Amino acid sequence: MENKIILQASQISIGYSHKKEKIVVASDISIALKKGKLIALIGANGIGKSTLLKTITGIQKPLSGAVFLNEKKITDYEPLNLAQNLSIVLTEKLPPSNLTVFELIALGRQPYTNWMGTLSDIDIVKVNEAMALTQISHLATKKHYEISDGQLQKVLIARALAQDTPLIILDEPTTHLDLLHKVALFKLLKKLTHETGKCILFSTHDIDMAIQLSDEMIIMTPETVLQDEPCNFISKGSFNTLFKDEHIVFDAEKGKFMIV
Amino acid sequence: MLTLGLVLLFFVNISFGSITIPFKEIYTSLTGGQASKSTWEYIIINYRLPKAITAILVGMGLSISGLLMQTLFRNPLAGPYVLGLSSGASLGVAFVLLGASLLPPFLSTILLSSYGVVLASTIGSSVVLLAVLMVSQRLRDTMAILIVGLMFGSFTSAIVGVLTYFSSAEQLQKFTFWSMGNLGNLSWSSILILTICVAIGLLLSLFSIKPLNALLLGENYARSLGLNFKKTRLIIIFATSILAGSITAYAGPIAFVGLAVPHIAKLVFQTSNHSVLYWSTLLLGASIMLICDVISELPGLEITLPINAVTSIIGAPVVIWLLVSKRKMIA
Repeated sequence: MENKIILQASQISIGYSHKKEKIVVASDISIALKKGKLIALIGANGIGKSTLLKTITGIQKPLSGAVFLNEKKITDYEPLNLAQNLSIVLTEKLPPSNLTVFELIALGRQPYTNWMGTLSDIDIVKVNEAMALTQISHLATKKHYEISDGQLQKVLIARALAQDTPLIILDEPTTHLDLLHKVALFKLLKKLTHETGKCILFSTHDIDMAIQLSDEMIIMTPETVLQDEPCNFISKGSFNTLFKDEHIVFDAEKGKFMIV
Repeated sequence: MLTLGLVLLFFVNISFGSITIPFKEIYTSLTGGQASKSTWEYIIINYRLPKAITAILVGMGLSISGLLMQTLFRNPLAGPYVLGLSSGASLGVAFVLLGASLLPPFLSTILLSSYGVVLASTIGSSVVLLAVLMVSQRLRDTMAILIVGLMFGSFTSAIVGVLTYFSSAEQLQKFTFWSMGNLGNLSWSSILILTICVAIGLLLSLFSIKPLNALLLGENYARSLGLNFKKTRLIIIFATSILAGSITAYAGPIAFVGLAVPHIAKLVFQTSNHSVLYWSTLLLGASIMLICDVISELPGLEITLPINAVTSIIGAPVVIWLLVSKRKMIA
């Protein structure tokens, strides 16, 4: 059970197809996401992290190859069934609306509610749990546009938690958070994976912290996409391939990037 | 409270007109009793009641279709008007009323019957709708779809302009009256057809409440919540077109209601939850239409104002005032 693979992609290539022309962002990507693991996706800006996340969540199709969720092609899932297995947090802005924090998180329960979307007692418990875990219970009645970007990010994460799926994929969830809240969030994600057996994949630019807290990492460089444990990456010196700049050097002893 | 207001307005609406009929008489007459004057009863059953029912149907239908469009297109300015559905209907009617003389007499008699106008209007709005649908599948950009709707509006008025150049004064008058909107003059059989069309549209919208709430987070999040986006979009667009098409056919292109009523509901109730918005928009739409109709036939006024003018004169400033007093504009 410990090493059960939830999501697997072997040798997929990702990108966009415009009319008949294909724009390949990255190719020959093989990754496997296992139960109970916290996995960080890192890479320079514009390398295709978001495209990769969109592809493995089924938002867009891979140009070649296929993504398998629980050994079933992700594109073959019924939308509702997929929603019960995979939840996401995106970087895109929310459209303007009058939603309160509670209502927004409660939308995460939609895969389980009836045709009118009525919340059952269990749904309300799950929403409250998600708010307690992310420490935003005091914001419940605020409108979602009244809170700070950092708080909103936590609300969106709470929404994904309320969806109660074995796999959660987050695109840069720590961008708007200060150090204190970043650490708290990383610890929360870690706690969730270890206590509930969820698999969480997130992309981030906080590499130092990801090295310290994640179980595995996926590194995207223009040449390859690698997946391994952080300590193995350090011993192999993989982090030095991340940025093409002689002034940024990875210090293997300290586990940090140094500017020279 | 809204329901109570609606019932009250319903009576007020029937009561007022060129002749004012007391509430008590209306109640007796509607519950099957004899009114004290037979002329009153005749007016109520054959004129006031159909008009009040039409006002309610029109108000509900247009407001709900506006609500659906605003959420689907994530745009506070969306409505059956903006998407060009009403323009399409106008074009259909313009062809029939203004262009019929160009056809052989046998065809033009059929077309000029009341069914011809309804058919032309519905066909016109569905054609625009299909065109917008086709464009929306090529362009994923929601703004582009709105611009296409606006283009249909200009295109329509241009064609109508050309047609008026070739038509007689009598035809022109007929079209102008239709385009000003009219809630009266509907026979009971027309009201039955309109009721069926509006009921279908409202029922489809009722089943769209949950998907609409998911769409408040944007298309990608909505999909991740298990929403079948293509199916939902098709249902919403079909519901809108049947509402806007049938209403425009029978009552003319009525401006403002579809755009403004959902905004009023959102501002009054301070929510985006569609299970609240649906019912409040429904009731507010019906109430506002009844009020507009009362104003168009205020006792003491010799003439009847066109309903379209009333909705615009009252509606436009209300929307502007709401937007200005509520600085933080929420769609």
